[in-house]
Amino acid sequence: MTMPNPHAALFDLNRIESFADRDSPIHRIDPRAKLIVTMLFIVSVVSYGKYEVSALLPFVLYPVVTTALSGVPAGPILTRLVWAAPFAFFMGIFNPVFDRTTVTHIGTLAISGGWVSFVSILIRFSLTVSAALLLIATTGFMTVCDALGRMGLPRAFVTQLMVLFRYLFVLAEEAGRMTRARNLRTFQKRGQGIRVFSFMIGHLLLRTIDRATRIHLAMCCRGFNGMFARVQDLRFRSVDAAFIAGWSALFLLFRSVDIPRWIGRFVETAGR
Amino acid sequence: MHMADALISPAVGAGMWAVTASIAAYSARNVTRHVEDSRVPLMGVLGAFVFAAQMINFSIPATGSSGHLGGGMLLAILLGPQAAFLVIASILVVQALFFADGGLLALGCNIFNMGFFPAFIGYPWIYKTMAGDGSNATKRFWAILVAAVVSLQLGAFAVVLETTASGISELPFGTFVLLMQPIHLAIGIVEGIATAAVVAIVWKARPEIVVGTSTADLRPTGNLKPVLVGLGVAAVLTAGVVSWFASSHPDGLEWSIAGVTGKEELEAPETGVHGVFSHIQRWTAFMPDYNFKPEAEAAPAANKEKAEEATWPAIEPGTSLAGIIGSIITLMVALGIGYVLRIWSRKTT
Amino acid sequence: MSHHLVIAQNLCYVYPDGTRALDGIHFRITHGESVAVIGGNGAGKSTLLMHLNGCLVSVSGSVRVGDFPITTKTLPHVRETVGMVFQDPDDQLFMPTVEDDVAFGPINLGLPPEEVSARVDEALRTVGALHLKRRPPYRLSGGEKRAIAIATVLAMSPSILVMDEPTSNLDPLARRQLIALLKRFDHTLIIATHDLDMALDVCKRTLILKNGKLVADGPTEELLRNRSLLEDCRLEMPLRLQGCPVCGSGKED
Repeated sequence: MTMPNPHAALFDLNRIESFADRDSPIHRIDPRAKLIVTMLFIVSVVSYGKYEVSALLPFVLYPVVTTALSGVPAGPILTRLVWAAPFAFFMGIFNPVFDRTTVTHIGTLAISGGWVSFVSILIRFSLTVSAALLLIATTGFMTVCDALGRMGLPRAFVTQLMVLFRYLFVLAEEAGRMTRARNLRTFQKRGQGIRVFSFMIGHLLLRTIDRATRIHLAMCCRGFNGMFARVQDLRFRSVDAAFIAGWSALFLLFRSVDIPRWIGRFVETAGR
Repeated sequence: MHMADALISPAVGAGMWAVTASIAAYSARNVTRHVEDSRVPLMGVLGAFVFAAQMINFSIPATGSSGHLGGGMLLAILLGPQAAFLVIASILVVQALFFADGGLLALGCNIFNMGFFPAFIGYPWIYKTMAGDGSNATKRFWAILVAAVVSLQLGAFAVVLETTASGISELPFGTFVLLMQPIHLAIGIVEGIATAAVVAIVWKARPEIVVGTSTADLRPTGNLKPVLVGLGVAAVLTAGVVSWFASSHPDGLEWSIAGVTGKEELEAPETGVHGVFSHIQRWTAFMPDYNFKPEAEAAPAANKEKAEEATWPAIEPGTSLAGIIGSIITLMVALGIGYVLRIWSRKTT
Repeated sequence: MSHHLVIAQNLCYVYPDGTRALDGIHFRITHGESVAVIGGNGAGKSTLLMHLNGCLVSVSGSVRVGDFPITTKTLPHVRETVGMVFQDPDDQLFMPTVEDDVAFGPINLGLPPEEVSARVDEALRTVGALHLKRRPPYRLSGGEKRAIAIATVLAMSPSILVMDEPTSNLDPLARRQLIALLKRFDHTLIIATHDLDMALDVCKRTLILKNGKLVADGPTEELLRNRSLLEDCRLEMPLRLQGCPVCGSGKED
């Protein structure tokens, strides 16, 4: 459960989530519909064999169209992808090491199965990650949680997930202040060891528990009964159904017809 | 040790979702029934705390590297198994949605690997058995250490099994096991020591926080039945889904092919990775059970590859050029559509 | 209107670790009064406030709000009557958006949706934050958060407002705006604070606590001019009453 670079990651998180405050046709789609389409998209993408490259490419249409229609800038999404890319790179780079059988040639260059599956992993990675990020950027984390709750996830789970997200930034700031305070008074490795660490974490934990008590009191003062009721009721409109149906049909088409290969063959025969 | 969407097959992803969902449903029911409402805000805030705590590092003597708290075992000790499982699940949901750590499909795997073992194995069966009510500091220290190590070992092994079953990555099973388990032994020790140190401080300052959960017997003995039934149903479901996929994707079940999950809390030194690997390779070559392909004996491996090629007619020399041309055109068309849509949506709003 | 009375009788509270936080507190606050509760750190201000809507229950003695003593049975009623604004607005704003947060109380009161949304708008308009309605609370400034925290309480239309350090961590403009807002309220106001200038502006009456005991209860202006009493309680005269430090004019003694 660890994050590679928590500070940068939290900053990006806040930035990407803030796009959800905007308004666009995509933003107005019911969060449940977006959640379902995102899941269908990811399942479709990962359902290919490991040597598949070209057939995956038409799926780019989903993130591209979503970005275009929602007005979410592509920059931060791509930045986040690049941040996470070393992770995918590291995971995939073993394939060329272990799978060296030549499977195809480009001109005179022999391409091994490992490189093909490596490229495939990178494409899958970019597609699945950007779909998840776009879900957040066009919907907002809290609304995704709400949608999950309405789709049958236990309320207790959804409520504490919302509380978690709400206090993520508050506590991260506290941790950041503590780290800064320690760094200002430690030199080389002295004072950076586990003893000081455990005091810091222990202290942060005690303060956090006190805060939780105060939050619970604040909730009780306003009649908390174990549930978070939200004001805006979601309404599933026909547009939302069409959104799901349209994308599902496209994903199914992409999944059953290798469109790039088909186009390529067409171009080749036309060229001859 | 996050698994990623890009590395798992839908069968494994769906199966583990089913397993995780049944444990989560059981836990949520248990939390709302048995624990007063105050636990729900506490759970959420502690989840945020784990994120914050992970931002604080400490240096590990004599290694030059630094470690931090994972949090799973600490949550189990503070909240008990069911609530801790839900909090760990929430942390992973946030990570999957934002940090590209794991992914939505891999979420089921990740929650199981990192949540089930500390919450339902390490805490109730190891920590509680060894530490009792936890009042003896030495006993408590060792109990936490062993529980953390065992939980992480089991989790790491589950990662290996899941990636192997998915068959997207090429790392051989034996190599993968030998890579994952020692790394997670080290991570487990760091996690155990850090958790024990934090628990000791909380115990001293505010004993009532930890004692509350320690004295109550939260071991899910009487309630174990629904868990087992849920797991059974989920497992049957998984088997069904997997076999259904296996029939349509014969090589989706290549148990000989494994993947690696990625950068770890304790990074193996980047240099010399290949040296380490060739060493591990040589070692595992003596383990006949694992379908390992030593490079020196390329012949049988090549045969196998041919068999694979046969199932993937797409990759044939003549057609690759068409594929590349088609791919470029597809990408250009997709980007073109995006460009037109963006201009159009700017005009309409 | 007797149901707006707040009466404390021989209120005592001891924390689990043995700290005696409140020791025999007596007071009676009538409808529409604005009362400042002042005292040094650890004097018991927050603990006292926590008793006024049943967040803490006294060891001995009692608090009466209106006609009821605070008990588990009357708690829902008391919490509807007494609105509590916490010191750290982050503790109070836990919902996804400002609107949800302000609506939290009214929804839990079981009000119909139209009434809920009317109350949300009215409360937000009162604190001048209607434009923040759809924003998530974690992206607001300190002053905005404080205003919303007050709105969450106002939306339940309490007759008594209890506030813990409402002006802490505010920039001078936000503080000034808050003071103007508080002066407009016709609620009974009970404010714990270190901001003695604000107390002078907003509250007619002041209670001074020291080590859990009530050492003074009287008109704010009178108490805040009593230098020896204030210094004895780890307080000092409000800057406004101290005279100009540059020219020395306006000094009282």
